[in-house]
Amino acid sequence: MSAHDPAELAAARPDFAAIAAWIPQGASVLDLGCGDGSLLRYLKDTRKVRGYGVEISDENIVACIQNGINVIQGDLDSGLYGFETGSFDFVILSQTLQAIRHTEALVKEILRIGREGIVSFPNFGYWKNRLNILHGYMPVSEELPYQWYDTPNVHLCTLYDFEKFCSSHRVHILERRVMTGGSEVSVLPNVLGSMAVYRFKRAA
Amino acid sequence: MESSVGAVSAQTARFDTPFSFQSGAVLPRFDLVYETYGTLNADKSNAILVCHALSGHHHVAGYYADDPKNIGWWDSMIGPGKPVDTDKFFVVGVNNLGGCHGSTGPSSINPQTGKPYGASFPVVTVEDWVGSQARLADRLDIKQFAAVMGGSLGGMQALQWSLSYPERVRHVLAIACAPHLTAENIAFNDVARNAILTDPDFHGGNFYEHNVVPKRGLRLARMLGHITYLSDNAMADKFGRSLRSGKLGYNYDIEFEIESYLRYQGDKFAAYFDANTYLLMTKALDYFDPARAFDDNLDKAFASAHADFLVLSFTTDWRFSPERSRAIVQALLHNRLNVSYGEITSTHGHDSFLMQHEHYHEVMRTYLERIAGGFSA
Repeated sequence: MSAHDPAELAAARPDFAAIAAWIPQGASVLDLGCGDGSLLRYLKDTRKVRGYGVEISDENIVACIQNGINVIQGDLDSGLYGFETGSFDFVILSQTLQAIRHTEALVKEILRIGREGIVSFPNFGYWKNRLNILHGYMPVSEELPYQWYDTPNVHLCTLYDFEKFCSSHRVHILERRVMTGGSEVSVLPNVLGSMAVYRFKRAA
Repeated sequence: MESSVGAVSAQTARFDTPFSFQSGAVLPRFDLVYETYGTLNADKSNAILVCHALSGHHHVAGYYADDPKNIGWWDSMIGPGKPVDTDKFFVVGVNNLGGCHGSTGPSSINPQTGKPYGASFPVVTVEDWVGSQARLADRLDIKQFAAVMGGSLGGMQALQWSLSYPERVRHVLAIACAPHLTAENIAFNDVARNAILTDPDFHGGNFYEHNVVPKRGLRLARMLGHITYLSDNAMADKFGRSLRSGKLGYNYDIEFEIESYLRYQGDKFAAYFDANTYLLMTKALDYFDPARAFDDNLDKAFASAHADFLVLSFTTDWRFSPERSRAIVQALLHNRLNVSYGEITSTHGHDSFLMQHEHYHEVMRTYLERIAGGFSA
């Protein structure tokens, strides 16, 4: 199977399938912090989206071009000047929220540029993380693979934190999916879910 | 393995039907000198046009059998196994109209007078160049280029291709370029032009018949230009405050290494470049402004484009800064065109686009491999 085989990717990144399920065929998508471009590639293959990614790292720029997607090199923390208001159906922030410095400004930009926003992030309230803290250490896991001293993550949050943020920042949550290891979590999501994906829009 | 395209030779395409310039001037006939590398495939879908910048020409890659040290100006980029892989692509390099490397220009003989055109050669615009390059494409039976690419003024031509002939270019690679010059940029060009225009040996552009060359003006123009193509840091790294003799001389001879370098570059350039061509090239730069016809709205200017774009800038390029490239990217985004943009970290200023730089070449190689994936060689 090729490096960007849709089935293989969906298995490796359960949030991809969750995100794709919300995106209709042919939608326009802006993926902020698009990494190597595999999500956009996946959405291009499975949803025929017209997509652009924004990415900062040199290595990922090359990977995105290799993946055949449009990528704009830029820093999410210095503003999304070039994107017009309402110019995308969806603006996605996949596993990037926790690494953003100016979170409020970026969420505002997502709501400006996109008709809807989609955000996925590791749930810091996941029980294994709580257990790590209880034992006296910062959590290190598949979703949070960094040591405290080399992590790019500056704004980790729990599901409750994010939802509280949304209600105080005029963000209207449309849908939420919580997962652990690829399976849906419905009971005690803020404890049993390792990762969450939200779909939202600007509150009326 | 990377290697050279080897020994190459220039060819001349003669055009005997008139060419109308944007200014309204007409040339009854003209020549374009060009080189090609690689092989045009059966369906003629693998051609890449390389547009040159201010002082460039058609000798883009390889060397001449009788002059092996004369290596093409973008040889690091183009050749077998190089980012522009001549095992896959058919590459065309052309000397622009108004040039001084064999294509019809101010130093060519005007058949109507039997004397060099000199000051009477029409002012050429980027649009004119692209129009004449399209005539060459017709001659080579290339209906559509897989890509048109260039850096600086060459990048402007690549952009213009997507506007003048949207159906004739699939990819535009615009490197270290801008949607138009800033006032500061025009100012630099005007100082360079003034150096030439006020040289007593310029003779209003008709210096050929006086058997002189306005070398002092050309030299100054080049020295000034050269400063703006480098970065403060690159100059500091390369020359610092080093003195040639190790001590101060208390006179106006060459003392600092940077002075020596600039004078050498100026002299070298003045020995071969045509002053009228220099004037024309800077004017083409100043005039380029596709938004001008659309109420200065660059988005509208690109509304007719269909190509996919790769736009690259260099962090220390202050003559064509990343901000200028981002303005191009914005206009392309607003038109929902396919575009990728890279901001290459480099210390070498505007000249970076000509340098061997691992990441820059990797981006180019990857993008061009993607293009090559779209056709069978």
